[in-house]
Amino acid sequence: MNLTLRIWRQKSRTDKGKLVDYTARDISPDASFLEMLDVLNADLAKRGEDPIAFDHDCREGICGSCGMMINGRAHGPQKGVSTCELRMRHFKDGDRIVVEPFRAKPFPVIKDLVIDRTAFDRVMQAGGFVTVKTGGSPDANALPIPKQTADEAFDAATCIGCGACVAACKNGSAMLFVAAKVSHLSLLPQGQAERKQRVRTMVAQMDAEGFGACSNTYACEAECPKEISVSTIARMNREFLLACLT
Amino acid sequence: MTLDAKIPSGPIEKKWDQHRFGMKLVNPANKRKYHIIVVGTGLAGSSAAASLADLGYQVTALCYHESPRRAHSIAAQGGINAPKNYSNDGDSVWRLFYDTVKGGDYRAREPNVYRLAQVSGSIIDQCVAQGVPFAREYGGLLDNRSFGGVQVARTFYARGQTGQQLLLGAYSQLSRHIGSGTVKFHDRREMLDVVIIDGKARGIIARNLVTGQLERYIGHAVVLATGGYGNVFYLSTMAKASNATAIWRAHKKGAFFGNACYTQIHPTCIPVSGKYQSKLTLMSESLRNDGRIWVPKTKGDTRRPDQIPDEDRDYYLERLYPSFGNLVPRDVASRRAKEICDKGFGVGSTGMAVYLDFSDAVKRNGKPWIEEKYGNLFDMYHEITGENPYAVPMRIYPAVHYTMGGLWVDYNLMSTIPGLFVLGEANFSDHGANRLGASALMQGLADGYFIIPYTIGDYLAGTGFQSADTSHDGFIAVEQATRASVKRLMSIRGTRTVDEFHRALGDIMWEKVGMARNSESLKKAIDSIRKLRDEFWQDVNVVGTADGLNNELERAGRVADFLELGELLARDALHREESCGGHFREEYQTADGEALRNDNDFSYVAAWEFAGVGKEPQLHKEPLAFEHVKPAQRSYK
Repeated sequence: MNLTLRIWRQKSRTDKGKLVDYTARDISPDASFLEMLDVLNADLAKRGEDPIAFDHDCREGICGSCGMMINGRAHGPQKGVSTCELRMRHFKDGDRIVVEPFRAKPFPVIKDLVIDRTAFDRVMQAGGFVTVKTGGSPDANALPIPKQTADEAFDAATCIGCGACVAACKNGSAMLFVAAKVSHLSLLPQGQAERKQRVRTMVAQMDAEGFGACSNTYACEAECPKEISVSTIARMNREFLLACLT
Repeated sequence: MTLDAKIPSGPIEKKWDQHRFGMKLVNPANKRKYHIIVVGTGLAGSSAAASLADLGYQVTALCYHESPRRAHSIAAQGGINAPKNYSNDGDSVWRLFYDTVKGGDYRAREPNVYRLAQVSGSIIDQCVAQGVPFAREYGGLLDNRSFGGVQVARTFYARGQTGQQLLLGAYSQLSRHIGSGTVKFHDRREMLDVVIIDGKARGIIARNLVTGQLERYIGHAVVLATGGYGNVFYLSTMAKASNATAIWRAHKKGAFFGNACYTQIHPTCIPVSGKYQSKLTLMSESLRNDGRIWVPKTKGDTRRPDQIPDEDRDYYLERLYPSFGNLVPRDVASRRAKEICDKGFGVGSTGMAVYLDFSDAVKRNGKPWIEEKYGNLFDMYHEITGENPYAVPMRIYPAVHYTMGGLWVDYNLMSTIPGLFVLGEANFSDHGANRLGASALMQGLADGYFIIPYTIGDYLAGTGFQSADTSHDGFIAVEQATRASVKRLMSIRGTRTVDEFHRALGDIMWEKVGMARNSESLKKAIDSIRKLRDEFWQDVNVVGTADGLNNELERAGRVADFLELGELLARDALHREESCGGHFREEYQTADGEALRNDNDFSYVAAWEFAGVGKEPQLHKEPLAFEHVKPAQRSYK
């Protein structure tokens, strides 16, 4: 299939950037979206032009590196997949596809489609952990955890930190990302000791990074490649309120 | 120089304990005077950095990703082993030790493997305390499953995302330290060389991938946890950026390279579908617990798989290995798949695939049971191939997955460069010639959480250090050399892209140095690699500039190193005139096609010393002694 692409090009953090038109030819419907960009980049490199920079690594939907707005949708039109898992069979020959970076104030563009998401890491550094020094942990089976609780914690823990939730939100809110980690750890018995402090410090860092308030539109849940539920946000709000009141 | 593995004396079950007691300690108040550089922050690097910071050392950690959470440890699906014997099925430290030595085809160091088995239980305790959500039974206790190549259920798992959950656990502890300032972390930095002062590793030169600047980092010891070199084959299950640059450049500075030819080909990957293919996707081998592998009995049978009745199917693993069946180790399953496809029985459009069929398991336990166990793997397969594996069998084919070889290290995980420690997949230790399933996560975390924190203290306490800072001549010289090599890459301006060279190298490696090797193919491979390397340095075109983010330049440096490492891999394979584990030489096989080891001549670790590009490397041998697990031909029949 042949496609017309409009792709965001931006040389550096300070460059203004613009959309540039390209044509991708002879793309197999079984190729992934990133492989389609590889083909285009090979073409550009062959012609001596600067290829399009984009973050990617595992190419199996788990590392969270890739992520772009594809026709205005974070990770494109398919539900529950990240950009690297998206296959070209979901597009039609002759389609025009607009590709932009995830946009949010706390995610500055580094180059083309590569953005800086270290704001997420700083939120994690503020409290996204259980303080456990290496060594001296009790036997793993000393503390039974009901399967249902463990499963619920797991559902929240599957977040890959890609930032699609922020990009999808009209307020650029990171509530789903932060709520996933808060939910994961506050559900488990291991997370209880730091439960109140954790939610306070993580939310404070989230605000300090400049992420917006929850828009209540559920756009984050709709675009999350791991389909993390907005019920985690409700849980975080409860946790936050409880932590502030008690 | 003679290799000294520094294996402690005493009975095997006491070696580690006695060694720990015999090691020198750094006084708690003095620990903050020592500075350790950790390169790579996957499972091994993150766990090491966090554990060393827990002890009070000053730690600087770097990775080429934007965040430690992106490391490829995250992609491990199946699980992590520990002989907790929660399943009450007769497991023990001894059994895990035995299985690992046997699985490694008697080419691993016994004392290392025993220690690995010993500390593995603590890893599970550690991870659970961090909040890693392992699978649980209804009563709330941890669930175990059995995993390729063993007969007990000792594998802890977190759906099909065990690596992700373990990495997020280690990353959370590293984040705790970064947040409190006890670890200095630098993202998007790629190590380009190691700096040696006074005969000891004292720092590194790294490129800031965003600004293009070269940066100097100094410490009292350097820890490399930079992963494996499977991408020398171009197509592999490794992440796209996974590379050998850090270990290769350390090798060129004097660190010996161990057992380069031991590469693992994983049997259950999604087959190649076209020329554009950029990487291969692994399907966890836990699928082999409930899926049955087969091909049609007749060549070119074009019927849909569900139209082929049982009597027309060849469940070849069950036929050849009645007691292990579909659970034979990875190397055996891979080789048999290739063999049966080479004979023309393969399925799918390319004929390079076999079926992995779940219809019996669905009939036996129902679809919800399968969904609970393998849901995300089935979804992934569906998304990639467009086929629904609940309705039609999966098609699978082997792919390069893990490299058992790596930098040679002694029992303390130190390379032949004093002060340069190597952890996880980047070192050669523990797995011998073949790695068992669910052992990579175990080894990475054992090295990082429970081994390096002890052994590095012994080194620091017992070593005198010259006072130096980053203006030392050693740093200036290495930085200049690094700048010159970057400039050299940028100035060729030839006609072929970096990727074209990488693919060409991958073709040579897969065809001639892949699943089955022979003397003739290996000699040809060495010639072809040398020729390709010459062409690379004359004709590669690295577009863009070096003073900013440039993916092409990053790849060019990595491919340049692969073009040298590939030759060593082929040389190692050529010199090892036997078949063992992941290394199968066609000349050395039994009458029924099993690997034929030569314990008299090759029961050693091959540690290669770099002698210059294109020059024959020097071989050093570390003899292996088997006192507890008597080498026998592995039998899975």
